[in-house]
Amino acid sequence: MNGAPAVKVTYREAVRAAMREAMQRDARVFLMGEDVGRYGGTYACSLGLLDEFGPERVRDTPLSEGAFVGVGIGAAIGGMRPIVEIMTVNFSLLALDQILNNAATLRHMSGGQVGVPLVLRMATGAGRQVAAQHSHSLENYYAHIPGLKVLAPATVEDARGMLWTALLDPDPVILFEHATLYGTEGELAEDAGAVPIDRAAVRRAGRDVTVVGYGGTVAKALEAARMLAERGIDAEVIDLRTLRPLDDETLVASVRKTRRAVLVDEGWKTGSLAGEICARLVERAFYDLDAPIARVCTEEVPIPYPKHLEDAALPQPGRIVEAVLATVGGRG
Amino acid sequence: MTSAATLEPPPGFVPLDRAHALSLLHEMVLARRFEEKCAQLYGAGKIRGFLHLYVGEEAIAAGVMPLLDAEDAVVSTYREHGHALARGIPAGALMAELFGKVQGCSHGRGGSMHVFDVSRRFYGGNAIVAGGIPLAVGLALADRMQGRARVTACLFGDGAVAEGAFHESMNLAALWKLPVLFLCENNQYAMGTSLERSESQPNLALKARSYAMEVERVDGMDVLAVQAAARRGLDYVRAGRGPWFIELVTYRFRAHSAYDPELYRTKDEVATWKARDPIALFTALARERGLLGDDDVASLERGADDEISAAIALAEAGTLEPVEELTRGVYAEEAAR
Repeated sequence: MNGAPAVKVTYREAVRAAMREAMQRDARVFLMGEDVGRYGGTYACSLGLLDEFGPERVRDTPLSEGAFVGVGIGAAIGGMRPIVEIMTVNFSLLALDQILNNAATLRHMSGGQVGVPLVLRMATGAGRQVAAQHSHSLENYYAHIPGLKVLAPATVEDARGMLWTALLDPDPVILFEHATLYGTEGELAEDAGAVPIDRAAVRRAGRDVTVVGYGGTVAKALEAARMLAERGIDAEVIDLRTLRPLDDETLVASVRKTRRAVLVDEGWKTGSLAGEICARLVERAFYDLDAPIARVCTEEVPIPYPKHLEDAALPQPGRIVEAVLATVGGRG
Repeated sequence: MTSAATLEPPPGFVPLDRAHALSLLHEMVLARRFEEKCAQLYGAGKIRGFLHLYVGEEAIAAGVMPLLDAEDAVVSTYREHGHALARGIPAGALMAELFGKVQGCSHGRGGSMHVFDVSRRFYGGNAIVAGGIPLAVGLALADRMQGRARVTACLFGDGAVAEGAFHESMNLAALWKLPVLFLCENNQYAMGTSLERSESQPNLALKARSYAMEVERVDGMDVLAVQAAARRGLDYVRAGRGPWFIELVTYRFRAHSAYDPELYRTKDEVATWKARDPIALFTALARERGLLGDDDVASLERGADDEISAAIALAEAGTLEPVEELTRGVYAEEAAR
């Protein structure tokens, strides 16, 4: 680290600082979405930006996800650098046509003529008792699609730094912000800025097992690692950060070292990102493994409203610990 | 009202002269003969995939496209060969695209439904019905935010009006007063489903009007009426007053695509509309006014055929993209890792 002093900020403040800086630095950048202006953003990420930048650059839209995402695509093609906010990932399905059939497709389909430098931000994930139409983790839907880049900032540093890198990218980038993270606090250097968006990060180094998470599950994986340390198990925790393209190198290097892997994913297990990572580790590190790869995913149910059921549906540190113990077998 | 006032041509009409007549007829004849050739080449296996022909609807492209400036943008649909030719995309680049050759305007990647030419600001060729409409609104927003006095012409069919993207986009364009000329080519069938069987309100201009948008409904078989309406719309949009919507009532003479047995309409209905063939209508009018003669028409047709023959030769001689390049261009090359 350099010498700049660190300050405590919330994830929400980091997102806001990133958007403010982007709009200060580049006149082509503007923010568009439902209630991003007068309301200040559903999660208050854009609070104050309307006053600072005016209604041309902080645009409240009607409840028309398909249209305003498509308008963002058109504006990006037309030379702007839009940040389009979708309130929550469940609503992004209303715009999936535009994201897949236009944003992700136009460059290849046009023979390289039409690039779409669009940044989409949306909240994802469960944990706030908002039930089955506001809680799902559908990051894997988007990570499936060639032409997109998909990011999951899990720390204030990434919430602050990924946006600018995404805006510099000539292709569409989707940022998934786990809704339980907005109020969390972290240390951030006062001069914090852009960060790379093509590498996973080792958040805790360890020898005995690799625990992989992203977004909202990184903190749970770290908590599990602390619990495991008390039992003498030294877990390495990897934060994927980028869900497409996946950083195979970091994953494989870690598993070659620890020889065991537990994959934590708030998506449903069937067809999950955890399944994709499992396949890649089997393809590239099968002979380095000492135990079957384990997955800790969300139960295959729509997320229910009552807290005890929601908690039971989601990956929790206790479940991660159990999976690790089963994986390391007698070594615990 | 005085008799003198009634003799004034309505806004948007300009007197037709010989050069203008020749150029309108050229656009329509080129598109017609190009596509008739396409149908043959499809039968011969040179063109594959879906092939949606514009035959019968040529007056719209021929009327509108010459009014657009080079800086204006066009967003089109999967029935876009006529739009592309009238926008100035060379017949050879278009035919090579249909052949899937690298010399095609989309590098052969898109085929009939995905014609792109950014140098002419022609942004597809969108085969999701209504999928291009939000994109057109976004292009217009970018122009507005960057202080550029441009228009985006957005073409779509009657089927698009049933899609949510249409309604959401009309609302946004009108709400934000964006410079879009919406051109609804109402050929009266969404594939095989007639408007009467799919719309509670088959007057499509009325739907757009409900978004507080200026609208007009015109005879899409009359190239002069199309051009006059487009001129009125463009004047309004260029004045920065907001979007304008034109419903162009037309008819598709051929099947929806090469796979369509046309079970949903009668031969009589098709014949009735073919009697209003836009090319025949305009040719008759121009000859009646003494602007064109037999020789002119024959020479236009010969010229178009020569252009199309050269286009086919270029497409035939074109090269296929090497398989090694399959994965190129999914992302920008400079960002590729």
